[in-house]
Amino acid sequence: MTDFAIDRRDLLLNGVASVAILALGGLAPAMAQAGPDTLENYKPVYFDAAEWAFVMAATDRLIPADGEGPGALATLVPRFIDRQLAGDFGKASRWYMQGPHDPDASPLFGFQLAQTPAEIYRIAIPEVDAHCRTTYGETFAALSDADKDAVLHDLETGEVDLKTVPAADFFAMLLANTKEGYFADPRYGGNHGMQAWTYIGFPGARASFREWVGQQNTPYPLGPVSIGGERA
Amino acid sequence: MARTQKKVDAVIVGLGWVGSVMAMELTAAGLDVVALERGPDRKTVPTFAYPKIADELRYAVRYELMQRPADSTVTIRHNTGQTALPYRRLGSFLPGTGVGGAGAHWNGLLWRPNAEELRLKSYIDERFGADIIPDDMTIQDFGVDYDELEPYFDRFEKIVGVSGKAGNLNGAIMDGGNPFEAPRASEYPMPPLEQTYDAVLFAEAARNLGYHPFPKPAANASQVYTNPYGMQLGPCNYCGFCERFGCLNYSKSSPQTCVLDALYQRQNFEYRTNATVLKVELAPDGKTATGVTYADAKGEEVFQPADLVILAAFQLNNVHLMLLSGIGPPYDPATGAGAVGRNYAYQMTGATSLFFKNIDFNPFVGAGANGVAFADLALSQMDFAKNGFIGGGYQSSQQTNGQPIHHLPLPDGTPAWGAGWKKAVGEHYGHSMDIVLQSTNMPYRDAYLDLDPTYRDPFGRPLLRMTFDWRPNELKQAQFFKEKAAEFGREMGADASSSFYPDGHYDTRVYQSTHTVGGAIMGTDRQTSAINRYLQSWDVHNVFAPGANAFPQNFEYNPTGMIGALTLWAARAIREDYLANPRPLM
Ligand SMILES: Cc1cc2nc3c(=O)[nH]c(=O)nc-3n(C[C@H](O)[C@H](O)[C@H](O)COP(=O)(O)OP(=O)(O)OC[C@H]3O[C@@H](n4cnc5c(N)ncnc54)[C@H](O)[C@@H]3O)c2cc1C
Ligand code: SF4
Repeated sequence: MTDFAIDRRDLLLNGVASVAILALGGLAPAMAQAGPDTLENYKPVYFDAAEWAFVMAATDRLIPADGEGPGALATLVPRFIDRQLAGDFGKASRWYMQGPHDPDASPLFGFQLAQTPAEIYRIAIPEVDAHCRTTYGETFAALSDADKDAVLHDLETGEVDLKTVPAADFFAMLLANTKEGYFADPRYGGNHGMQAWTYIGFPGARASFREWVGQQNTPYPLGPVSIGGERA
Repeated sequence: MARTQKKVDAVIVGLGWVGSVMAMELTAAGLDVVALERGPDRKTVPTFAYPKIADELRYAVRYELMQRPADSTVTIRHNTGQTALPYRRLGSFLPGTGVGGAGAHWNGLLWRPNAEELRLKSYIDERFGADIIPDDMTIQDFGVDYDELEPYFDRFEKIVGVSGKAGNLNGAIMDGGNPFEAPRASEYPMPPLEQTYDAVLFAEAARNLGYHPFPKPAANASQVYTNPYGMQLGPCNYCGFCERFGCLNYSKSSPQTCVLDALYQRQNFEYRTNATVLKVELAPDGKTATGVTYADAKGEEVFQPADLVILAAFQLNNVHLMLLSGIGPPYDPATGAGAVGRNYAYQMTGATSLFFKNIDFNPFVGAGANGVAFADLALSQMDFAKNGFIGGGYQSSQQTNGQPIHHLPLPDGTPAWGAGWKKAVGEHYGHSMDIVLQSTNMPYRDAYLDLDPTYRDPFGRPLLRMTFDWRPNELKQAQFFKEKAAEFGREMGADASSSFYPDGHYDTRVYQSTHTVGGAIMGTDRQTSAINRYLQSWDVHNVFAPGANAFPQNFEYNPTGMIGALTLWAARAIREDYLANPRPLM
C-alpha cells in the first residue's frame, strides 16, 4: 500500500475522521463508491467505546498497514468482528454450552469455556486494558506499536494472567476473527473492497474454472467478485 | 403421551447416502417407507444455489450445513482414566445434518477398500503370524469378503457416478489405473477428471520415485452422466467450493443429485424433516423393534410404528441410538464383554505443503476429489514386520479449495500475525501444493463408544462418549508417511514446506476427516460384533444398521464406497431373504 494508507490509519486510530482525505486517490472503485463505508462512520452494534478502541488498535497490529497489502483497518476488520459478535457467532448459538465447564482442560479438547465469544471479548478487553495500565500506565490503544506487540505476544503465549478467561484462548479467538474479517466475503463487513482477495490473488466468488484446469503455471487474469456482485 | 402415526413397513432413520439408497431399494420391493431426518430439507435450488453458496465463512468456517453441537454432539477423552469433555465446537470431524447428510458436503472420493482389509485378521495371521498383533489391538474380519461385495461396489459406483480409471479389470492390470486394487468387474462410469498442475507435477515426481500414480476415483462428474435411477450429472466446473459445500452445478454426486428426485416420485415413499429420532422402541420380549419415537419440529414426541427399522443416521448416531434403545449389550472395556460401542476407530491423516516461488497453482481451481494418488504403500503392499507397524495408506495431491480463511498454507516458521504474516500470505498464496495422507487406524481394546455419565443433549439423553487416542502403531505410521512426503519435496525441488501429522495425543480441534468408524461393528460372532454380516442386529432382528459403524477397523480409503456397497448388500438380504421370513439371518 501507499503512504496514504499509513496516514489514513493514523487518522483512524486517533479518531480524527476526515472524509475529504479519504476521498483522495488510491481507492479501488468499489471503495470509492462506498463512501460512507468507513470505520469513522461506523457505529458499533456490539462494542462500547473502550472495546472498540481496543479492537481497532489490536487488529491494526495483527494485520498492520505497513508493507505490501492492505491492513486490518483498511479492510474494516473491526466492523466485521463487531457484527459477528452481535450475531449467531457471538452468541455461540451453534456450540454446545452446557456445563460443567473445565476451563483448565488440555487445549487438545478444544473450546471449553462457559462464556460465549461476545462475553469473552466483553470480559477480556477490560482485563487486558487493566494489565496494560499496571504494566505500562496506559490502556492498550494508547501504547506504542512496540508495546502493543509485546502485549499481544504475552497474550498469545499466555504470559498475561487475565483472571476470568485464559489469555491464550482470547488471543486465539481475536486472531482467528481478524483473519476471517480480512478474507471473508465483504457481505460480512470486512475485506472492504475485496482488497485482501486482490492482494493475494483469490478471485472470490467466481466459482467457475473449467477452462483453467489444464492451464499450467499461468496466473489467473481476473480480479475477484463478491457474492453481492462487486468487482475489483 | 406420544402421538402415533400410521404404521409403515419400514422406517429409515436419516436421509443421507445410506438412507436414500436404502429407501430406493425398499420402495422398489414394494414396501411403504418413511424416512425421518432430523435436519432441514435441502435441495440443490435453493440451498446450494450460486452465488450464495460461494461463501467460505458461512459454510467452511461456521459449518452452516453440519451438525450443530448445541443440538447433538459427543464427549471425548483420550483414555478411560480421564473425564470426557464435550466436543463443543466442531473441529476434527464434521458430521452432517439435513437431507443428504454429509453426502451433500463431502469431497466425493469414492474408493473401494483393499480385499485384504476386509479379512484383516485372517490375512495377518496367514502372512505374518498372529503374534505380530499387539495384545490390545482388536483387529477382526468384516465377515464379508471382497468378492461377495464386488457387485455391490460396482452398482454403488454406477449409482454415484464415479470418474476414474480402472487399474485391475477382472484381473488384467490396466495402464493408468491403480495396479494394486482388487479386481473390478467394470470400468468406472466416467473417465477421470482432468488434472490441475499440482497433480501433473505430483504424478511425475511419483513416477520418478518408483511409484505408480493414478487419478483418484472422483464422484465429481467429468462429463454428462445418467445413473441407473435416471438421475443426471453435468460436468464439474472446478468451482473450488466443494468440500463443506453443496454443489451449485449438479456435478458432485450426492443424495440430491443421484437419488432423491427419483425417490420422491415413488408413491410408497414419504419423508419428514426436523424429525429427530430419540429411540427405537422394542417389543416386550426385546427381540424385535416396534418402531421409533421421534421429536417433531415443535419438540413433540411422535411414535412411528414399523415392521422394519433401518438405522441410517451415520456411524456415531447409529451407535448412540443402539445404546439408548438397548439394542445389544453395551461394550465393557474392562472385561471385553458386550459388543455395542466396541472397536471405535478413526483415520490417520496428514498433509505436507510444498512451496514453489515460481509456480502459479491457482489453488481456487479445484474439485472436491481432484488429484492423483499412489497405492504402492497400501496396507496390502506393506511388510508389517519390517516397518514395525500394522498399517498402510495412500498419498495424493489434492487441490480442492484454495479458500484463504481455512486453507492458506504457509511455510514452517512463518509468524502467525503482524507484518511477517501479511507479507507471507501475499508471497505464498497460490504458490504451494499439498500432498495428503490417508491411512489405516487399527482398533484397540479401550478405544470405544459408550454413554456419557454427565453431559446430556437438549432432549435430556446422555451424549455419546468417545474414548480414543493415537497409539504408537499409528504414530509410527504417520512418521513413516511424513518422510515419504518429504522425499517428494526433495525430488520436486520445493523452496520450503510445512506439514501436519499427528505426533502425540489426538487433537480434537484440527480437521482431520469425518471418517469415524466402528462402534457397532459387523462380524460372524455375536460376542465380538453388534451386527451380523448382513448388518442386522444380532439381538433385535428387524433392526439393520448400515454405515461406517460396521467397520471393525479403519482401512486406508475414504469410507463411502464401502458404506454404499454394504447398504446395497444389506438391502439385498432384506429383500431376498428377510422379508419372506423375518428372523435372525445368522
Ligand atoms: C467434509 C467432509 C468430506 C468428506 N469427504 C469424503 C470423501 O471424499 N469420500 C468419502 O468416502 N467420504 C467422505 N466423507 C464422509 C461421508 O460424507 C460419509 O461417509 C457419508 O456421508 C456417510 O453416509 P451416511 O448416510 O452413513 O451418513 P450421513 O450422510 O451423515 O447421513 C446421516 C443422516 O442421518 C441424520 N440423522 C442423524 N441422527 C438422526 C436422528 N436421531 N434422527 C433423524 N435423523 C438423524 C443426519 O442428520 C444425516 O442427515 C466426508 C465427510 C465430510 C463431513
Ligand atoms: S468442484 Fe465440481 S463437483 Fe464440487 S461443488 Fe464445484 S462444480 Fe460441484
